[in-house]
Amino acid sequence: MSGNRRRWIEKKALWGYLLVAPAFLSVCLVVFIPAAKALIMSLQSYDLRYGPESIAFIGMKNFGQIFRDELFWSSFLRTLLMVVVCVSLQFILGFALALLLNRGFYGRGVVRAVSMIPWVVPGVLVGLIWRWMFDGNYGVINDILVKMGILDSYYGFLAQPVSALWSVFVTYIWQGIPFFMLMILAGLQGIPWDVYEAATIDGATGWQRLIYVTIPSIKNSISVSVMLRIIWVANSVDVIFNMTEGGPANATQTLAVYIYQKAKSMNLGYSSALALLLMAALMCVAVPYMVRTFRSETG
Amino acid sequence: MTRQHLGRRVLFYLVLIVFIIVLCFPFYWIFVTSIKPESELYSSVVTYYAHKVSFNAYRELFTSFNFPKYMLNSLVVSVVTTAISLLFSLLAAYSFCRFHYPGRKFLMGLFLCNNMFPTVLLLIPLYSIMRQLNVLYTPTALILAYTTFTLPFSIWLLNGYIKDCPMALEEAALIDGCNRFQAFVRVFLPIMKPCLVATGVYIFMQSWNEYTYASLLTNAESRTITVALKTLIGQLGVQWDMLTAGGIISVLPVCIMFFFAQKRLIEGLTAGAVKG
Repeated sequence: MSGNRRRWIEKKALWGYLLVAPAFLSVCLVVFIPAAKALIMSLQSYDLRYGPESIAFIGMKNFGQIFRDELFWSSFLRTLLMVVVCVSLQFILGFALALLLNRGFYGRGVVRAVSMIPWVVPGVLVGLIWRWMFDGNYGVINDILVKMGILDSYYGFLAQPVSALWSVFVTYIWQGIPFFMLMILAGLQGIPWDVYEAATIDGATGWQRLIYVTIPSIKNSISVSVMLRIIWVANSVDVIFNMTEGGPANATQTLAVYIYQKAKSMNLGYSSALALLLMAALMCVAVPYMVRTFRSETG
Repeated sequence: MTRQHLGRRVLFYLVLIVFIIVLCFPFYWIFVTSIKPESELYSSVVTYYAHKVSFNAYRELFTSFNFPKYMLNSLVVSVVTTAISLLFSLLAAYSFCRFHYPGRKFLMGLFLCNNMFPTVLLLIPLYSIMRQLNVLYTPTALILAYTTFTLPFSIWLLNGYIKDCPMALEEAALIDGCNRFQAFVRVFLPIMKPCLVATGVYIFMQSWNEYTYASLLTNAESRTITVALKTLIGQLGVQWDMLTAGGIISVLPVCIMFFFAQKRLIEGLTAGAVKG
């Protein structure tokens, strides 16, 4: 390699770095430095209610306290339940909608755009809308259920622990359907038509085509969207907080909401330790996916 | 045979209609709630359309609740965020797609893993960092935060778009005597315009809709629209007519933008999943 060419490549590399620099620096400032700081804070007794002189290094004491904290365990298990119930139902319903929209019919583009509405609405508003619809005195869901004969009289969905949790689940499922629909529909549209034709000629029924042709062909869309959704649901604060604020009696408190409440009450060391545990749990989902994406990007 | 065919078609549309109703009804419901007069809103009979239309809630929002101010706060934050984030991510994506240098893949991975950090993990330290930087409770704090949080995904979106944009055009411009910068501005940018619009809409939507950070990094002065909505609860109980009216107002800008940009945005959103 001649010196001239080498210099040219080095100059090009310099430009490459320069162009990434602004994005990189802002990520450092807003993500990596805070993450490192959270790690340090998790080892401190850091409670702003007691003034700065109370800040001290206490080692793993926060974590020890967490494992004895009943609210941690209940909110952690609730998060697990929520992720399993919500993501699987979002997936099934999103898949069904995608199958419908994959057929040609008049106005499909409009229907697709309209069914994206839950995705466009801010999470705060989603929480508030459903809070209003589930209202125990004037709620439209009560009215519908009574008119259908399912309920005898109005029921305070958000006032009872079990029904409040399921109301939150319903809200999350509603919010998540469009995303799955979108990702799966894109996958469906990438399946070549002759694969179906071949399966039909071989005598496959509709169900068999779905299970042996459709699902294997869109495995990638499915795994990416499931992973993104798991992370998203587990991290979500705005919907729950605006719907029930974690209540009644902590019945809808997920781990993310618990951390948020602790942070708001200025117990920063403890909430940092909790948040690190949440992140560790999410890593179990994310790392395998990222390794794979990274390989396919490089490969 | 034809009867069975017809039956299936009817079933298909029936299921589709049920889906659309379920997905859109809540949206219709807040609209109806927002235009009902209070007497109808809190009556023992639930009405499915407004028998009497009243824009009282909207009027009150704009006159006594200071809503325009919160909208303006949101608008400033979202517009500035969109501009900065779009610029940063365009440069980074351009660098990833058009330059080859050691550490490039590492950097791409770094941006990718950015999304894995839980909101609530960064929230706490960011609060104290923003306070040290003396930008707490100013729009700058939110702009900094939102710019960064939207970067990974915008870079990812733009990466996909740029990969599909043939390099030959820029090379032709270079041969015709443009320098790299001119080729970027005169050839590359005009081709990318629709993709930039789609990415910009995505960034705008994210920053306009964000609540968790805004709730901690703003005060009564710098409050954004999502936080303002939440404060409508609590002061005097829940005022559902005003809340829903505020909801309609807050969601309209992003809805309109989304419908204009949705085709290209959906293409970009789904490209990675299909290829990956």
